[in-house]
Amino acid sequence: MAAGPMKIRATFAGGFTDIRVLMTHPMETGQRKDPDGKLVPMHFIQNLTVKLSGKTVVDGQISQGVSRNPVFSFRIKGGARGEKVEVAWLDNAGESSSIEAAIA
Amino acid sequence: MNRARRILLGAIAALLLKPWAALAAWNKEAFGAKSAPDALKSIGASNATPSKEIVIEAPEIAENGAVVPIEITSNLPGTRSIAVLVDNNPFPLVGKFDFLEGAVPFVKLNVKMGETSEVRVVAQAGGRSYVASREIKVTIGGCGG
Repeated sequence: MAAGPMKIRATFAGGFTDIRVLMTHPMETGQRKDPDGKLVPMHFIQNLTVKLSGKTVVDGQISQGVSRNPVFSFRIKGGARGEKVEVAWLDNAGESSSIEAAIA
Repeated sequence: MNRARRILLGAIAALLLKPWAALAAWNKEAFGAKSAPDALKSIGASNATPSKEIVIEAPEIAENGAVVPIEITSNLPGTRSIAVLVDNNPFPLVGKFDFLEGAVPFVKLNVKMGETSEVRVVAQAGGRSYVASREIKVTIGGCGG
């Protein structure tokens, strides 16, 4: 399975913006064997960032210990409806992806 | 817009954006550590103080070790980062999140657990490290796939 599309939802309520993001990624540990008994090489997201209106608010580093097709929730103090939230990732193979949404 | 043109534009946009140019850093030493004490040392948290201000919400028993939901909140004032470790995983450090201005020290994520293990959360606040942990029992491991 290769890396695929992302999904994001950012909602404002009670003074906070909740961000939920899904990344389509195999997150291979390097320990799993394919049906032919060969080890599947490590392939996992290493870096992710969350930006609010272009400014980084969360800077994350992760390992192969995160589940396949990672889902994360983050929370920002403030934010405003219509303001842009962007989440991006980079994996150990140099592949990357990003998605943005307006706060609802 | 026809399909070929859309694909071409997408490819050009991907080349121009390159969002990660030279900024990505990944703590190879900490993530490569094979024991929790080594990983803690690599992130400068060997002498972390136990704290009840770090709240870990997770199931007591995880039926499927491939997807164990963990929700973490640090109520310690000035929390700058949160790190998650699964002691008994081959590489215990699962993630480290730095919270910059505007972010709440909160994260929810799904982790893999090969077997029943202590899950440790380290928060860095005011130049010091704090730790909380809890055991999560796993009935079916999630690392061999």
